[in-house]
Amino acid sequence: MKTTSITIAAGLIATGPAWAEPLTVYAPDYFASEWGPGPAIEAAFEAQCGCEMEYVTGDVLPRLRLEGARTNADVVIGLNTDTAQPARDTGLFAPHGVDTTDLSLPMAWTDDTFLPFNWSHTAFVYDATRLADPPASFDALRRAPDDLTLVVQDPRSSVSGLALALWIDAIYGDAAEEVWADLADNIVTVTAGWSESYGMFTEGEVDMVLSYTTSPAYHIVAEGDDTKRAAIFPEGHYVMVETAAQLAGTDQPDLAQAFMDFVLTPAFQSIVPEGNWSFPARRAGDLPDGFDALALPDKAIAYSPEEADAKRRAVVAAFEAGMRR
Amino acid sequence: MLLAPLIATLTRAEGWTGLRPSDGSALWFTLWQAAVSAALSVLLAIPVARALARRRFPGRGAVVLVLGAPFILPTIVAVLGLVAVFGRSGLVADLTGWSPPLYGPQGVILAHVFFNMPLAVRLIVQGWATVPGERLRLAASLGFGPGDTFRVLEWPMLRAVVPGVFLVVFLICTTSFAIALALGGGPRATTVELAIYAAFRFDFDLGRAAALAGMQLAIGVVAATATLRLSLPSGFGAGLDRPVRRWDSQGAILRLQDVACIAAACLFLLTPLTMVLAGGATHLPDIEASVWRAALRSLVIAVGAALATAAVAFPMALAVASGRRWVDVVAVLTITASPLVLGIGTYVLLLPVTNPLVWALPVTAAVNVLLALPFAMRALVPALRDLTADYGRLSASLGLTGAAWLRVVALPRLRGPLGYAMGLTAALSAGDLGVIALFARPEDATLPLKLYQLMGAYRMADAQAAGVLLVVIALGLFWAFERAGRDADAG
Amino acid sequence: MLTLADVTVRLGGFTLRADLDVPPGGITAVIGPSGSGKSTVLNAIAGFVALSAGRVSIAGRDVTDAAPGARPVSIIFQDQNLFPHLTVARNVGLGLRTRGRPTPEERDSVDAVLARVGLEGTGDRRPADLSGGQQSRAALARALLRRRPWLLLDEAFGALGPALRHEMLDLLSETAAEAGLSALMVTHDPNDVRRAAGRTILVADGVAHPPVRTEALFADPPEALKAYLGPRAGT
Repeated sequence: MKTTSITIAAGLIATGPAWAEPLTVYAPDYFASEWGPGPAIEAAFEAQCGCEMEYVTGDVLPRLRLEGARTNADVVIGLNTDTAQPARDTGLFAPHGVDTTDLSLPMAWTDDTFLPFNWSHTAFVYDATRLADPPASFDALRRAPDDLTLVVQDPRSSVSGLALALWIDAIYGDAAEEVWADLADNIVTVTAGWSESYGMFTEGEVDMVLSYTTSPAYHIVAEGDDTKRAAIFPEGHYVMVETAAQLAGTDQPDLAQAFMDFVLTPAFQSIVPEGNWSFPARRAGDLPDGFDALALPDKAIAYSPEEADAKRRAVVAAFEAGMRR
Repeated sequence: MLLAPLIATLTRAEGWTGLRPSDGSALWFTLWQAAVSAALSVLLAIPVARALARRRFPGRGAVVLVLGAPFILPTIVAVLGLVAVFGRSGLVADLTGWSPPLYGPQGVILAHVFFNMPLAVRLIVQGWATVPGERLRLAASLGFGPGDTFRVLEWPMLRAVVPGVFLVVFLICTTSFAIALALGGGPRATTVELAIYAAFRFDFDLGRAAALAGMQLAIGVVAATATLRLSLPSGFGAGLDRPVRRWDSQGAILRLQDVACIAAACLFLLTPLTMVLAGGATHLPDIEASVWRAALRSLVIAVGAALATAAVAFPMALAVASGRRWVDVVAVLTITASPLVLGIGTYVLLLPVTNPLVWALPVTAAVNVLLALPFAMRALVPALRDLTADYGRLSASLGLTGAAWLRVVALPRLRGPLGYAMGLTAALSAGDLGVIALFARPEDATLPLKLYQLMGAYRMADAQAAGVLLVVIALGLFWAFERAGRDADAG
Repeated sequence: MLTLADVTVRLGGFTLRADLDVPPGGITAVIGPSGSGKSTVLNAIAGFVALSAGRVSIAGRDVTDAAPGARPVSIIFQDQNLFPHLTVARNVGLGLRTRGRPTPEERDSVDAVLARVGLEGTGDRRPADLSGGQQSRAALARALLRRRPWLLLDEAFGALGPALRHEMLDLLSETAAEAGLSALMVTHDPNDVRRAAGRTILVADGVAHPPVRTEALFADPPEALKAYLGPRAGT
């Protein structure tokens, strides 16, 4: 009898969950939604670690700052480089501890807190059947006649909008306000987020939409439509990198670290292209077919989290002032 | 209830940064566009209300119902509908070759008129219904023409009713956010609510967010004090199906004029709706099961919010009807509460006590109850007042008080306005995105959130189909609740 | 002459028929049991209910399809005869003109008619400041100013006490005679009828009977009237 109970108890321990609590990952809504990369990544990680993980969605950074040290998050994913610095300043994060020497990013990566997992260039996307002759450079866009219509996102509320403001700053510096004023004639409207902009573009409401060089891949792969293209500018394109980071105050440091170690593995990275319609931070083999056909810029522009944060107020002010002219 | 979230938000502020110069222009734009939007909504509503008040025709009930639709339409759906009609590649541009200036301040105003004119029509029709039939009969016996009737009877009524309607629409327009963002055309069209969002999103300047929300609330306080002097529009729960018999307006030209008014209003209000439905309906069969589950969740939230509204608004209305007018002022004030700050504040309040995520759905319902409260009160208070005036003594003489009074007198007599209030709350919460986006776990996603997720994943066609589902649910709930109230009224 | 020719009115399940002539001059009463359709007769003449069949003509003019205000009649209801937000003078002045400001002459006429009905100096007051009897007088004053040949009274003095009512009936008789108006008066009080009406129309069982001389009617009441008047009738 006694031995039996011991055997059962031992069996329970052995087969029971290796981790009592699930790993809590804060992620943006688009990432964790069933149409984003989140569910596949969750399944792959759970299979590997024999644990459970769960997403909590919403605005990652504001929520984290609201919660402070009380946060339940073990890992956050989806913070991009332009908003990483305020996150770092909260002091809530621990180093990622992953080797980042061999990444497929268009720039070197030295940040030891934020671990990149995907990236793309900011770009203006157009429909080749409607716009035969897109601007060949940012300068050409800036000087385009008024009948070329654009929709962009608000730098005050959208990461892609902020990326555009930083992009203009990187190319034009002090003349950024001028550039916004020039673009104002072409910008039909400024939306809160990327979705509304892209919806207006696919409805045929505008000629070009602020999006990413990888956006056409969706249309090629999912719709077999190669008419959506990104206009490539020789001045260079601002790079948007999304990252993951682990919380210093996590109650499951081992599991959080296991996830960080998982981010750059092929199991995770192979989900990125068609899950997030962007480039993996570390390429694992060939990219899906549609990605080969993408037009890409020769020159990538990037700010570090520190630089982006330092410039944010000024580039938003340039947007506000230029667009008001 | 309004201040607690505001104060809670302030406690989490990392230092006090105060307001920026751009906030001043945001305030100015907010007030300016709200005033223009409200004035236009009311001016356009008057002829339509007049036509509806004096005409009886088959399908009038249906017209009244669908005229209510834009007000309860989820913003994103409405904006897409407006773009489909008035956009650069929209219906109007296709048909006429002229594309209306949809983007910019005028776009914000157009959208606000689209949303709020139907509400104004409803409220003003109600005003017409308050003109006693006996007085119209007297006017007819004296040979009043339409002009005389307008001068002697309708103008005094309008003078009493219109300022209150203007105020309500004005307040609604001051909290506008999504519309200003999608159609505003740039930073020139920044509203206070948008400034709050921007302060929260990247700056994480909760002090400024709370200060802005306080500013918005202050507009409400000023307005609410004004309401103590104005007669607020009332009783939009009942009476819409009983046009008053009129004898002064049978001329062919008047008839034509009324038909034209109603037709123009339907065309303006229903074409965008139709475009949304037509655009998405064909993709409806492709919708995934998870979207249907989200729809079910939205339905549950909506019904929960509707029940909660009845539970909250009824005692409040009772308090107002028995003389405590400050309760009414509070109810008006909630129109100008910032949904975003309400959400953040509630989150901060819940955080030390419990895991707020568990409460995402109830909180969504609760915030919507709060936001729908002013409208529920407007429907209930006058009905309760009449009830007390007409049957108060009878009830008292029969010893009908407390629960018995509620069961025998109040609930049966008030089912009309109550049904309207619940329908409105249900529809508004079904389409709400604000709070849930702040709180949710993926498994809690509501239909509006799913719609955004679909858009975020490039799936615009599926998003349109989800939009159709959203419209059907919001309108269906509104119709069902209102219908339930009305049937009881008739029975 | 006021003529209802083969008139049928249907209201829900209720049907009223009338085929009668009312000669002009004096006061003609309309009496009958509660719910018999007395007021419906008046409403048919005034144009407030649609006829299912038949014609209404007044002074030789077919008014069946005319709007209420276009018929040669004035009507006084039991209440709601005055617009509460207008002064008494404005209310009475509506009998002369419905649009524009009254001329000095018209103002004088209003003052005169107010004086005639015993309402001197009340012109600037609101109806709510008047007693019930005064409100009736104001309504009568307006009808006198309008000078439409027929005056219809729908239980017009029903809410007044007996003494006041008799006073009003006498005033009505006098002023109508002075102004050359004919009156048709719905009432439920046989005493009113005997006091003021030369002729009486009995409405019973869905039929409005042609007018007969009041004295003759009360001297030998038909069954329907007997039932209405009760056992103490005629005492």
